[in-house]
Amino acid sequence: MSAPLKTHPAESLPRPAGMAGLAADWASDQQTFKKVSWGKAMMWIFLLSDTFVFGCFLLAYMVARMSTTVPWPNPSEVFALEIAGTHMPLILIAIMTFVLISSSGTMAMAVNYGYRRDRKMTAVLMLVTALFGATFVGMQAFEWSKLIAEGVRPWGNPWGAAQFGSSFFMITGFHGTHVTFGVIFLLIIARKVWRGDFETERRGFFTSRKGRYEIVEITGLYWHFVDLVWVFIFAFFYLW
Amino acid sequence: MVDVRSGIGEALPPPEVEDVELYHPHSWWTRYVFSQDAKIIAIQYATTAIAIGMVALVLSWLMRLQLGFPDTFQLVDAEAYYQYITMHGMIMVIYLLTALFLGGFGNYLIPLMVGARDMVFPYANMLSYWIYLLAVLVLVASFFAPGGPTGAGWTLYPPQAVLSGTPGGRDWGIILMLSSLIIFIIGFTMGGLNYVVTVLQGRARGMTLMRMPLTVWGIFTATVMALLAFPALFVACVMMLFDRLLGTSFFMPAIVEMGEQLQHGGGSPILFQHLFWFFGHPEVYIVALPAFGIVSDLISTHARKNIFGYRMMVWAIVIIGGLSFIVWAHHMYVSGMNPYFGFFFATTTLIIAVPTAIKVYNWVLTLWRGDIHLTLPMLFALAFIVTFVNGGLTGLFLGNVVVDVPLSDTMFVVAHFHMVMGVAPILVIFGAIYHWYPKITGRMLNETLGQIHFWVTFVGAYAIFFPMHYVGLAGVPRRYHELGEAAFVPESINDLNAFISIMALIVGAAQILFLFNLVWSLRHGREAGGNPWRATTLEWQTPETPPPHGNWGKELPVVYRWAYDYSVPGAPEDFIPQNHPTPGGASHEAAP
Repeated sequence: MSAPLKTHPAESLPRPAGMAGLAADWASDQQTFKKVSWGKAMMWIFLLSDTFVFGCFLLAYMVARMSTTVPWPNPSEVFALEIAGTHMPLILIAIMTFVLISSSGTMAMAVNYGYRRDRKMTAVLMLVTALFGATFVGMQAFEWSKLIAEGVRPWGNPWGAAQFGSSFFMITGFHGTHVTFGVIFLLIIARKVWRGDFETERRGFFTSRKGRYEIVEITGLYWHFVDLVWVFIFAFFYLW
Repeated sequence: MVDVRSGIGEALPPPEVEDVELYHPHSWWTRYVFSQDAKIIAIQYATTAIAIGMVALVLSWLMRLQLGFPDTFQLVDAEAYYQYITMHGMIMVIYLLTALFLGGFGNYLIPLMVGARDMVFPYANMLSYWIYLLAVLVLVASFFAPGGPTGAGWTLYPPQAVLSGTPGGRDWGIILMLSSLIIFIIGFTMGGLNYVVTVLQGRARGMTLMRMPLTVWGIFTATVMALLAFPALFVACVMMLFDRLLGTSFFMPAIVEMGEQLQHGGGSPILFQHLFWFFGHPEVYIVALPAFGIVSDLISTHARKNIFGYRMMVWAIVIIGGLSFIVWAHHMYVSGMNPYFGFFFATTTLIIAVPTAIKVYNWVLTLWRGDIHLTLPMLFALAFIVTFVNGGLTGLFLGNVVVDVPLSDTMFVVAHFHMVMGVAPILVIFGAIYHWYPKITGRMLNETLGQIHFWVTFVGAYAIFFPMHYVGLAGVPRRYHELGEAAFVPESINDLNAFISIMALIVGAAQILFLFNLVWSLRHGREAGGNPWRATTLEWQTPETPPPHGNWGKELPVVYRWAYDYSVPGAPEDFIPQNHPTPGGASHEAAP
């Protein structure tokens, strides 16, 4: 089949500002969200769906915690570490949170450099982000093994409600999986940026479509979302 | 009066996005098997869904043989009966109806109807189908696993779902079922994101949201709902899988099984019910809304009249979609809840009747003084309206707490939901297949076979489910594989049960006739031409039939009017296609 004829996009018609503009967008043809690419729109809708997944996980955990008849283990004590003889509650979680939020910072910088077409800087910043993410997952693995060594299991723990362990492993595990996928995506996209795929219009291995620097921003959306979810997990699981 | 005005489509906006680059297949494998073309994916989805649906149909025959003639056949014991009922329900609701409406019709019709070349992410779309197929295979695997498929009932309520008293509870059955659902949801999400983004961001020039055919509105809204409702099922499945495999106690209270205290304790079975029905109720409308949309288009096309109250139809779809997220606990009245919650959920449930009734009135008003052609799609559409009203009316009974509680575990509920979300959407599916088969294959389905299929299915479905309401009111409980000696059930119920079973076999046989028709007409059907129904919507205006890869040839269509310009006064024909720029042409489309 012959390639379809290219019809060149033009600026859309002038639109009113404010709420009238919103109404005009929804009443218009072709695109509801003007100048939002398909990829970005898809990521936003996916994240909305994923929000419901994490929302359900957290609600289920809250139901378990509020309805339990046996004591709930105190997170400040469970997640405390002895460092140089000092007893520090939640110290590891604090560091993990710091690392993850820092990674959002480097991600945002990567997006900025991406739109400036600064290949090297973008790739380096994405790699730094991935490194932060991997550090986070590594610390989570340490936290898991420490708790497992102390006798916490999905089906029970020495300090109280069995749902503590089950919720902990399920929610942090699911979040950690998200971070791990994010790290993998970051590495893949960083490689593409480094190689200059978006300048040479090299086609994707699977999709055979040309990529654009926008993919950095889309990966960033996902990354910030995972970061935001962690803030909620931190607040509801560790600080409560 | 219709609002006839002229001169629309003069200020047509310029194109905003570049024409898409499509993947062009080079081999038979990438063209027909690992295809990225939404139309091929749609056919793959539909074929798989119908194939697994046939399994569920056969299961229903076996169950009906057992219920109708408990002493004659020894095919089905209590355990097998539970397994069949579970698999029948789950297959029909998720793997047939959801997959066929969204994966099948969604994939075929959305790009064509909004004037796009394909879905926005064809590769993810392809993955969606293959993951769906994997989910189906995992589901089918449970038939061959030790202990057989799960017999937990299609709602999979814990704790019984994972205990040894339930078939598959301590074997592979429940594990495979939960895994299959998780896989299905992952696959569906890939497709669902495609459908939503295509509708929002991939429309043709001139195709505003308020010019989209109602079919697209129905599928679009249902997909958005599915993307928000399936997460609850996903989470519930993950948690129950952990309860079963890791010994967690999310849903498991302290419990004694076979005289032995289990390790579980402190979990909440009600939590599962909330999660399940937060998915489960929207799921009803995930199936119903595409049916609403499709039936609107069938009625308008085959009555040669514009749909009555298009805007109200759109808003009714959106409002039903929104309301369906705050009614879920009406499935849980017998589980017990605070009376104020019961009051709340009963109220929201009954409020849904308002937009739904608007839709029914609008369908009837569209027919009123229309030029009704009793074609097969029209027959099925008419059958849908009456069936849906019937099922909806019993829904009003069951939405009230005091009426629901005594009826809840009887065959009345079975009759109700089979009418409203079994028979009614299936009738639309049939109508839609008769309607769009000419576009998909280029040939018409055989009319005589279709007439036989319609009348047997329509009359037969009523013969099955009308008496079943009475059986339920007489007190026959559901999910019992035989009645035994129940003093409160009159003798005559047994005759009624036998009658229902015979009718079920006959209706089932008619579906085999339908499948034969699908295959036979592929070679021997009458040539259809590009637009046999003289319809206005874009899919009938493609340069070739069946539409080629990329749908539109060189030029994308430009839309000048809404989808319902039938019998416009002064027009040369009784329909004006959406992409037809009649100079000074009138339209029924209301002013924006």
